[in-house]
Amino acid sequence: MKPLLALSALTAALFLASLLIGYSPIPLGTALAALFGAGDPLNAMVMQDIRLPRALLAALVGAALGMSGAAMQGFLRNPLAEPGLIGVSASAALGAVLALQTGLAAAYALALPLTALAFAFGAVLLVVLLAGPRGASLTLILAGIAISALAGALTSLTLNLSPNPYAASEIIFWMMGSVADRSMSHVWLAAPLILGGLGLLLTLRGGLDALTLGEDAAHSLGVSLGSIRTRLLIGSAAAIGAATAVTGAVGFVGLVVPHILRPLVGHMPSRLLPASALGGAAMLLAADIATRLILPERDLKLGVLMAIVGAPLFLHLIYKTRREIG
Amino acid sequence: MSLLSLTSLTVRRGACPVVDDVSLTIGTGECVGLIGPNGAGKTTLMRAALGLLPHEGQSSLAALSAAERARAAAWMPQSREIAWPIAVEDIIRLGRMPHGTRLTPRDTQAVEAAISRMELDSFRARPATELSGGEQARVLIARALAQDTPLLMADEPTAGLDPAAQLGTLDVMRQIADEGRGVLLSLHDLSLAARSCTRLILLDKGRLRADGPPQEVLTEETLAEVFHLRARIHATPDGPLLQPLERL
Repeated sequence: MKPLLALSALTAALFLASLLIGYSPIPLGTALAALFGAGDPLNAMVMQDIRLPRALLAALVGAALGMSGAAMQGFLRNPLAEPGLIGVSASAALGAVLALQTGLAAAYALALPLTALAFAFGAVLLVVLLAGPRGASLTLILAGIAISALAGALTSLTLNLSPNPYAASEIIFWMMGSVADRSMSHVWLAAPLILGGLGLLLTLRGGLDALTLGEDAAHSLGVSLGSIRTRLLIGSAAAIGAATAVTGAVGFVGLVVPHILRPLVGHMPSRLLPASALGGAAMLLAADIATRLILPERDLKLGVLMAIVGAPLFLHLIYKTRREIG
Repeated sequence: MSLLSLTSLTVRRGACPVVDDVSLTIGTGECVGLIGPNGAGKTTLMRAALGLLPHEGQSSLAALSAAERARAAAWMPQSREIAWPIAVEDIIRLGRMPHGTRLTPRDTQAVEAAISRMELDSFRARPATELSGGEQARVLIARALAQDTPLLMADEPTAGLDPAAQLGTLDVMRQIADEGRGVLLSLHDLSLAARSCTRLILLDKGRLRADGPPQEVLTEETLAEVFHLRARIHATPDGPLLQPLERL
């Protein structure tokens, strides 16, 4: 339980830092008072409407990515699996792009996340139909790859045929992924889905542990593979779909966080789930703080920073584990 | 008491039956060896009996709910998967999953008993993936033992073990049967099967060919017909000894 305590403390500290670091310097006491609406109304607005939703979304999205990644890796027994594998992120992105392109997003603020969510759930439905009711992990992965590729191609097609260069550049910026300039309504939209999805994923703990011994052995331990698969798909579709819908595509968190934390929890998939949620939240909060510190006036995108930091980190991890893999 | 009963169990791959109309019962105190050449349907029979494969006919285990089955029979599949470098003790503790998530003194006792039975005490903190193949097999047997079920089923539990470990493993299986549980194992080593099992079941091309005490099932005629082996069987005070001479 020690790693969980340490990760909780780290996440809490980063959450606080995320509230306190920003474009306009506000002293600690004033900032905390402003968070509850006391003091200067301008400060209260900055804290309540800008920084709070930003920090909350970074934590929620990070938790969603981290835990879904850990669950997917546990289910497929493959450390290279990532939450986007089943096509949810690519499809949510396609939904968002269509909302931007058609102008729906401009007409109604929540049109973009809602379309993205609808596409995410549509993708899971398609993957399940493609993989079949008794589908093995392999068919699931292949169906996910096919849906991801299709969604990616349709996104490119939309950009390709976009008559409006402003819409195109808006799409490109959205796809880079960011938690900046989000409102509390984004939080209210995403939070129930992310928390519900994570709650569902947490019910997989015992099943994922049993799957360590293979599908047959897990079955003989009383684990129903069909139920595990359904809960994994619905849980990660809700969490990742909602996360992508409000922030755009943020990669590497779902891949790297479980990888870093696995040795700290004795490699047990059950213990990795909550740890990865906290670790993902901490990582995304830290990365979001970094975007504000490195280039405060250029609006560095979270997804871009994550990929720039995440890819070399991942390479380093591969290099380190190369000996174990053999 | 019957721990497993199969009635006209048939498994088809396409139109071709891989297990063909097999009926048998396994009771307490029995250590049953399932023998037969490659492709005779040993693994398929056991997997179908556990409800892992679609089948015709009845299996008392497949009829149970997943949770009830996990408390009725433990299963050690042939593929020895350990996906993550989890400590040996934690792997063995997975066997306690069907008995509830709270760790009770009975869980600890069953895990400790399995560890000492398989002589894994010095390995308990080691990551299971770092062990040799034979040691991993012993860990997985211990995991199945920790499940503490009336029936233990194992698919070639001795494959890849050194001779002493093979004997040791089969002695443990026999002990479990003698304590009043039931064991069903598929085995390739016929001498070992004759030595350790109370009863042998011989499968040939999916059909039940013979079922009875080792000295009745293992005859020079059946070896020739089913295994295409010319072999000599010596009756010794230690049980039948089998000497394969040539392929027929």
